[in-house]
Amino acid sequence: MGFRHKDIIGLRDLTKEEIELLLNTADSLNEVNNRDIKKVPTLRGKTVVNLFYEASTRTRTSFEIAAKRLSADTINISASTSSTTKGETLLDTAKNVLAMKPDIIVMRHAISGAHEFLSKRVSCSVINAGDGAHEHPSQGLLDMLTMRQRFGTLSGLKVAIVGDITHSRVARSDIYGLTKMGSNVFLAGPPTMMPVGVEKLGNVTVCKDMREAVHQADVVMMLRIQLERQGKTLLPSMREYSRYFGLNQEVLALAKENAMVMHPGPINRGVELNSAVADGDQSFVLKQVENGVAIRMAMLYHVCGGEPAEG
Amino acid sequence: MADNTVILDGAGVKRALTRIAHEVLERNKGVDGLVLVGIRTGGVHLAHELAARLNEIEGVTVPVGAVDITMYRDDIKGHSEHLPVGKTDIPFALEGKKVVLVDDVLFTGRTIRAAMDALMDQGRPSCIQLAVLVDRGHRDLPIRADFVGRNVPTSRSENIIVVFDEQNKPTEVILEK
Repeated sequence: MGFRHKDIIGLRDLTKEEIELLLNTADSLNEVNNRDIKKVPTLRGKTVVNLFYEASTRTRTSFEIAAKRLSADTINISASTSSTTKGETLLDTAKNVLAMKPDIIVMRHAISGAHEFLSKRVSCSVINAGDGAHEHPSQGLLDMLTMRQRFGTLSGLKVAIVGDITHSRVARSDIYGLTKMGSNVFLAGPPTMMPVGVEKLGNVTVCKDMREAVHQADVVMMLRIQLERQGKTLLPSMREYSRYFGLNQEVLALAKENAMVMHPGPINRGVELNSAVADGDQSFVLKQVENGVAIRMAMLYHVCGGEPAEG
Repeated sequence: MADNTVILDGAGVKRALTRIAHEVLERNKGVDGLVLVGIRTGGVHLAHELAARLNEIEGVTVPVGAVDITMYRDDIKGHSEHLPVGKTDIPFALEGKKVVLVDDVLFTGRTIRAAMDALMDQGRPSCIQLAVLVDRGHRDLPIRADFVGRNVPTSRSENIIVVFDEQNKPTEVILEK
């Protein structure tokens, strides 16, 4: 089975087999991250540009570490300190970056579809590190890897995703990926944050009550409420949100014994997750971050080594 | 499958491995500080076979590890069949050890180069020796085996296949023309 994509824009575009290949590669690469010498020469001489139009700590650092462990050279460009503030367009910035001959551009952008736009106009590989409310494929993959490590398979798992589904690119990538792998996805969130027709994305059930989604779940995935944006306009109050859609031990007890608690970070403590759960035995939040490096190594490896897709 | 010649049958493979085991012991004066590392996937099966022979002869269990060289290849671009990455699994320190690297077929030597780089990233062995079941010639790099089961002159277009059964035991070696 080969990986025949030049770019990774979203999990919607990948087949089940391709997702499995990425997960398997990441599983093997985890070994490199536990060595004394955390470096392999695979992408020696390749250049990876991290082009970030939105704030990020985890994802950018993780992509940078992943590239460095594969011996690629990395350059970070943040929009806030670049010529974007002087009014340069995305395409112009990309063309100028391209003139310096990078092999992969890892980009985060606030506009959904920015990566698709870019990938059709540049010759190098484009990896989506989050675009607007569209997709965040590396997060979706690392979530699946973390679940698969625990349960051995993704098929048949009950996964509850709770929070702002509408504005969450993580939720969208998780839904595309998990439903392809045969998991059963249950969504819960305030009606103002539940997209219309979301159940058409696959094997997805929308629940009115968070307890219904969490009941007998193998995995409870909590999403971050964007306090700086939608949190202000779409919710009456944080206290009310926390009471109905926050995860505490009492709600978690409805899930299967030893169910996994996951969160893409950064956590709003006391809003979607209370601290006892976030730091508890069932929390896999830091395992997700650990797996993030291996997943991003696998993504960089496969877009770099594989032949560009035909046609 | 027109022109297939059996180069070694089951008994032949067994004899070759037994002889290699004796040669390894002779060269290293026993099993002190000795470890075996097989190259995925054929080499790993053979390393376990070799360890079993060493155990029969000396009564000591020699540690066996596995190395995956995918991340150390020098031909990543232009691989149409993109190889899945296997797991490197060396559950012991290589520091100061005498490592016998085991592979099924020695050909261009590029795999061995990659495997040696992979081992060096894990520690500093006191020496690395190479054991192969078949040496088919056509080296691209200055590499030679210390222990060889059978030298088989081949043309570049031919192919050598070491066949394993379900228990990962080598059953025969075939020359495919």
